[in-house]
Amino acid sequence: MYDAIIIGAGMSGLAAGIRLAHFDQKVCILERHTTIGGLNSFYRIKGRSYDVGLHAVTNYLSSRAPKRGPMVRLLRQLRIQWEELSLSPQIGSTIAFPGVRLDFTNDFELFQSQVARQFPRQKDNLRRLLAELIDYDDLGRVGNETSAREVVGRIIDDPLLVEMIFCPLLYYGGARERDMEWGQFSVMFRSIFLEGFARPLKGVRLILKNLVRKFKVLGGELRLRAGVDRIVAREGRADRVVLEDGSEIEGRRILSSAGWHETMRLCRQPEPEGTPGERLSFIESISVLDADPKQLGHDRTIVFFNDSETFSYEKPAGLVDLRSGVICSPNNFAYEEPLGEGVVRITALANYDRWSELDERAYRLEKLRCYDQSVASAVRFMPDFRRHVVDVDMFTPTTIHRFTGHDRGAVYGAPKKRYDGRTHLENLYVCGTDQGMVGIIGSIISGITIANAYCLRQ
Amino acid sequence: MTGAEIKEAVVEILSDIAPDEDCTNLKEDVAFRDQLELDSMDFLDIVMELRKRYRVQIPEEDYPQLASMASTVAYLEPLMKDMEK
Ligand SMILES: Cc1cc2nc3c(=O)[nH]c(=O)nc-3n(C[C@H](O)[C@H](O)[C@H](O)COP(=O)(O)OP(=O)(O)OC[C@H]3O[C@@H](n4cnc5c(N)ncnc54)[C@H](O)[C@@H]3O)c2cc1C
Repeated sequence: MYDAIIIGAGMSGLAAGIRLAHFDQKVCILERHTTIGGLNSFYRIKGRSYDVGLHAVTNYLSSRAPKRGPMVRLLRQLRIQWEELSLSPQIGSTIAFPGVRLDFTNDFELFQSQVARQFPRQKDNLRRLLAELIDYDDLGRVGNETSAREVVGRIIDDPLLVEMIFCPLLYYGGARERDMEWGQFSVMFRSIFLEGFARPLKGVRLILKNLVRKFKVLGGELRLRAGVDRIVAREGRADRVVLEDGSEIEGRRILSSAGWHETMRLCRQPEPEGTPGERLSFIESISVLDADPKQLGHDRTIVFFNDSETFSYEKPAGLVDLRSGVICSPNNFAYEEPLGEGVVRITALANYDRWSELDERAYRLEKLRCYDQSVASAVRFMPDFRRHVVDVDMFTPTTIHRFTGHDRGAVYGAPKKRYDGRTHLENLYVCGTDQGMVGIIGSIISGITIANAYCLRQ
Repeated sequence: MTGAEIKEAVVEILSDIAPDEDCTNLKEDVAFRDQLELDSMDFLDIVMELRKRYRVQIPEEDYPQLASMASTVAYLEPLMKDMEK
């Protein structure tokens, strides 16, 4: 009998596991996949190592930052030293719209001066927006659920600037089409613009390996290839889990990071009526280059681009929407030594249903076609790197679904969040992207918060 | 454990919870909150670490007693006086 069973060895499950194991609970993490990491894992193909997700770790802590916020909370709660994350800050990122570019770094003053120069009338409004942002400590309270579009639209009266501010926030955390809750907006704005981007030279594997080592040293048990098929309930409580191989495991409490609907399905709860809620997913192409992007004249860490006046963050009708996207160059962080090969990653909105309808041949063909098109779209906003490509990889919404089990390849979970993490069963809780916060740091915080609230307090 | 040893134990816990803070020169009678950046999760951890390390159970209604070093030591002394360091 375990004190806690955790479903999923992604960021949130590992974080929850560390908290519980640290306080001497008997914990077992069950992971369906052959490896850890979930939405932010890593893999090797043709002798090269790739990160699944990682563009950038958000919530960078500059030495000037106050000792609060998600990064400090994460370090303290998991007893991790800041140095262990080996984060190198970004060089500088850009939001590129037709005829306007706004640069930003981890020093918010640059963004403010960029706005002041390109949108002189909005200078004070940006300051007002900053003052209105919800404090981290006040999240989850009433009023946070209002539309961020409404709040921001009231403060900033230039629609183009509104779109440009929303673009990175939606791409890095938008679980809904077009808009997000004002509370989520506040979190994302702080984590991207006020705190900023960073990356460990060794990529996400460094963070994951640290987390797993910590968990195991504390006596935690991790079982890979251990997919949960079913959560069996008795008298309003989760009694045990049944694995895909038929074996059964008992635990006093169960934390699931599989997603809300995915977890309900494990409980054999009836599907909710009506159309399944929208899910946002992406394709991502990875190009390995024979040169560092800087040598090709590209020094930007991340470029959020959009080729029209308005920014459409919606599930595309076709396979992909190439009007906008995100270009990430992992080389362009201020590392102490160079990364090695040049890499350009390009993300674009994609439609899970359209990808999943394709037969295998068509799927492979469309992948190639979309790779070419997404690169062609991106080089409108950066130097053309196509002559330098030595290897490519690409994944689609169906890849994400296959490896993480998230419905329709959702990267930021279902649009409706379950902030209190509770379910219909008194000892079953959800953590991770469907609970509230998203991204690497957000989901780690989610795991910590839910573990504290229901497994440690009392 | 003597009062001085309990204080040492608390400082150790605080330094583990907030390694980014200097917890060695805390003023006895000033609330932790006014000397360190601690949030409610950090306070929960003080309680949890005391339970983990010294098996002292602190009921939630007593949490306010842990506001400053002086009040914490005064509160813990009767609970920990028979313990070996
Ligand atoms: C392409 C891409 C790029 C991204 N880029 C960034 C970025 O640059 N910065 C950033 O901060 N975030 C980024 N993210 C988002 C970030 O990766 C996620 O928000 C975060 O990793 C979510 O963690 P989680 O623990 O909530 O969920 P997951 O990582 O999905 O964890 C859930 C785990 O549960 C397992 N599981 C599911 N069902 C079962 C079952 N029945 N039995 C056993 N195990 C099960 C899954 O296999 C998975 O490992 C990106 C994501 C993607 C896909």
